[in-house]
Amino acid sequence: MRSLLTRLVISLAWALACGACIAAEALPASDNPALEARVMKISSELRCLVCQNETIAASHADLAVDLRRQVREMLQNGQNEQQVIDYMTARYGDFVLYRPPFKALTALLWIGPAVMVVVGLGTLFVVLRRRSRLADDAFEPDDKDAPNDPHLS
Amino acid sequence: MIPEIGHFSLWLALGMALVLGTVPLVGAQSGRADFMAFARPISYLLFFFVALAFACLVASFVGHDFSVRYVATNSNTALPLQYRIAGVWGGHEGSLLLWVQMLVLWTVAVALFSRHLPKEVMARILAVMGMVSVGFLLFMLLTSNPFDRLFPAPLEGRDLNPLLQDPGMVIHPPMLYMGYVGFSVAFAFAIAALIGGTLDATWARWTRPWTTVAWMFLTIGIALGSAWAYYELGWGGWWFWDPVENASLMPWLLGTALIHSLAVTEKRNSFKSWTVLLAILAFSFSLLGTFLVRSGVLSSVHAFATDPLRGQFILAFLAVVVGGSFSLYAWRAPEVGIGKRFGLWSKESALLGNNVLLVVAALAVMLGTLYPLVIDALGMGKISVGPPYFDAVFMPLMAPTVFLMGIGPLARWKHAELPSLAMRLRWAAAVAIAGALLTGALAGEIRLVATLGLVMAYWIVGSVATDLWGRVHPQGLDWAQAPARLRQIPRALAGMMLAHLGIAVFCIGVVMVKAYEVESDVKMSVGDSTTVRGYTFIFDGIKELKGPNYVAAQGQMRVTRDGQTIADLRPEKRIYRVQQNPMTEAAIDSGLTRDLYVSLGEQVEGGAWIVRVYVKPFIDWIWFGCLFMALGGLLAVSDRRYRRAAGAEQ
Amino acid sequence: MKHVRYLVPMGILLVLLYFLRAGLNLNPKEVPSPLIGKPAPEFSLPRLDQPEQRISRAELRGQVWMLNVWASWCVACRQEHPLLVQYAKQSKVPIYGLNYKDERTAGIKWLADFGNPYTASLSDRDGRVGIDFGVYGVPETFVIDRDGVIRYKQIGPLTPEVLRDTIEPLLKELNS
Repeated sequence: MRSLLTRLVISLAWALACGACIAAEALPASDNPALEARVMKISSELRCLVCQNETIAASHADLAVDLRRQVREMLQNGQNEQQVIDYMTARYGDFVLYRPPFKALTALLWIGPAVMVVVGLGTLFVVLRRRSRLADDAFEPDDKDAPNDPHLS
Repeated sequence: MIPEIGHFSLWLALGMALVLGTVPLVGAQSGRADFMAFARPISYLLFFFVALAFACLVASFVGHDFSVRYVATNSNTALPLQYRIAGVWGGHEGSLLLWVQMLVLWTVAVALFSRHLPKEVMARILAVMGMVSVGFLLFMLLTSNPFDRLFPAPLEGRDLNPLLQDPGMVIHPPMLYMGYVGFSVAFAFAIAALIGGTLDATWARWTRPWTTVAWMFLTIGIALGSAWAYYELGWGGWWFWDPVENASLMPWLLGTALIHSLAVTEKRNSFKSWTVLLAILAFSFSLLGTFLVRSGVLSSVHAFATDPLRGQFILAFLAVVVGGSFSLYAWRAPEVGIGKRFGLWSKESALLGNNVLLVVAALAVMLGTLYPLVIDALGMGKISVGPPYFDAVFMPLMAPTVFLMGIGPLARWKHAELPSLAMRLRWAAAVAIAGALLTGALAGEIRLVATLGLVMAYWIVGSVATDLWGRVHPQGLDWAQAPARLRQIPRALAGMMLAHLGIAVFCIGVVMVKAYEVESDVKMSVGDSTTVRGYTFIFDGIKELKGPNYVAAQGQMRVTRDGQTIADLRPEKRIYRVQQNPMTEAAIDSGLTRDLYVSLGEQVEGGAWIVRVYVKPFIDWIWFGCLFMALGGLLAVSDRRYRRAAGAEQ
Repeated sequence: MKHVRYLVPMGILLVLLYFLRAGLNLNPKEVPSPLIGKPAPEFSLPRLDQPEQRISRAELRGQVWMLNVWASWCVACRQEHPLLVQYAKQSKVPIYGLNYKDERTAGIKWLADFGNPYTASLSDRDGRVGIDFGVYGVPETFVIDRDGVIRYKQIGPLTPEVLRDTIEPLLKELNS
């Protein structure tokens, strides 16, 4: 005959065991999701040096895991993104940055496209305007059917 | 025996290609009809021998012939049949053979479908294609023979890279190569016209359908590659601006420019030298892409195994083909006239503006891709240029391009009245802004960059709708006549509208997923759940399973919404027996308005697993958009006037 | 002169071909070290054979020395190791090993099996010192001068040519 106390203890044990079985809302993989998001954002701009063109955010390589840990620790210690970047470039050079820093060496790279657009559209404009000033006989005569042919889109 | 037949067949093909590249050309220059008549039958023979070689390689794969080195390095007895066949193009040598196979396929297509061309033009075009084949066949036979034997023959192959053991692998390279190689037709038409001095509107009309079809294939090929990366690589991304991806994007941008430029040349017989240059450039960039991918010059996940000799050969080939073309261009293009007149503000100038922007975009991609190489070659250090650069540069270039896309179709040929154009487009502008803001609000938060992207997308939709409305109700509302008018819209025009809508759909996909994607990284034990955007993901544990050539830990995830189970997802962590690489297979539930994406991370203490859950809104619109673009191209090519032209021969 | 603009594509092509050709001789994955000419990073690590003893950067000042990054799991290290063992016998320059991300027992066994050219090996279990040195692939070898400044980094296994043509002359110069 079990005493009341024993029964109480057994019930309590069951209750605790079942409580552990109850499915929970999954906890975030990291203790600090906001920090982790920042780690991933910075890591997604850093090259994994042992991989064939992957970021350290995406790579499973040992070095990538180590460097992500390094980024995490630096952010936890209150350092900012620029300091993390400086840390990486001090050790691995600009090669590790997927966003090339803007300096004399990369000026052409960053400004190039804008210059090309301006030169390209500018040239087109100049050529078209020059042509618009030419007399009609510089051109071929218009065919009668061409402008109205619905099949020419 | 079979590999020997294949090898010998390639030599015969080379012989055919040499004849094709020379005899008809001589015939065209000297007016000898008998020489020119060689072109077609030799093309057919060339195709036959290449196809035979290709069949031999396929047979070697299917039959597990590991005495062939290429088969041994890319296959395995446990490899399922479809991947044995796809393994044919899994590595450098075999994919080259696929390239040549596509090239001769296009050559035969030109031989079959161009009976309306004058025989000199035909002869020259086929000769140019023959010469290109010579280059690739020589490259294969001298440096990359797929039929090289291995002594002693191993009993077991090394296996196809597990990443490639996937349906996407079966179809992505063939589609891509059809596109890349297809631009060789426009190239051949251009060279033939420069040689013969026959660069005119008719030339543009002939070239256009070939360019459109090649462009279609390339669109699908790139889209497939992107979709494949998305569901196969397990990191949820779909474009990384990797050098090999860029190598396919650059010809695509130039091909798009070419299609539009051909329209101007066809209509007005003008800007011919610009168009012919674009035709040369599109294929040149295909060749450049081939070089970048196979020479080891750039670091890429996609790059084939390389050696310097191969790189040198392709470079020399590139120099000869492109250098020769540019020399011919510099010599002949100045003689070409300026054609008919059109105004400063007109549909023609809108098309040319689009051209400039697309070409600049292609050049910007090339700049970013090659800049590290240039800096290194100059001894000034090593830098990387990756997604942050390309995203920052490419998006702003696309904005004015899309803006023009809305205006161009509505502008009149020859002379566009700007005020009336603006009036017509005011609805499109209003819809664009209102739609963008509304979409943002419905998505939960209005974001600036997202709104700008959506404005662009809806601007196109508004413009297409305005165009359509104008054609169906030209003089005010008239529903009785509407169906008839709708049917009267030429397929070429309908194709254009569909393709442009495809771009809008694509933009919406990109914007929505970039701005509104939600991710949840959690530790899950059996029974745990996590809820993201109203979807509840429940972890039911892990099942161990065996595949044909791998073992896997398969996660059992149930997804419910409002209590209803809507999906069962099975993400896997696989270990392939032969290569022993661990691989993540994400599980995706695709939907019209969102993808649910789950991938397994590592197992942690206590038996729980790290699981990554994403809800990606509208991500499939990225590839639907590409599909619409390709369908638009198909529709345009099926236009009556091309069938009429082809039928006129009969 | 209007014909000049038609030569522009050709001009651009020639420039491009020049750079592509140059690129064939380069290795896109090789990462040159930004630490050449800069002081070696601060470190203090336990000895592999006697973990109670530590070696730090300060102790190595005043001499020219080499740091060889190795690990028992590193396949390429086996390739260069015999060379290193032999070189250590004839050279007066001390070679210190950096046992990178390795188990202590595995590392000791590896040296017992394949020879020990090192004056001492340092145990860098979590790889942090490696990161500070900019190590990304094993093996790597550094030459450090009397003032603690890194003067040369070899990426990948040492070869007889590199030892003979680059490292020996450098060591001679630094020691004079």
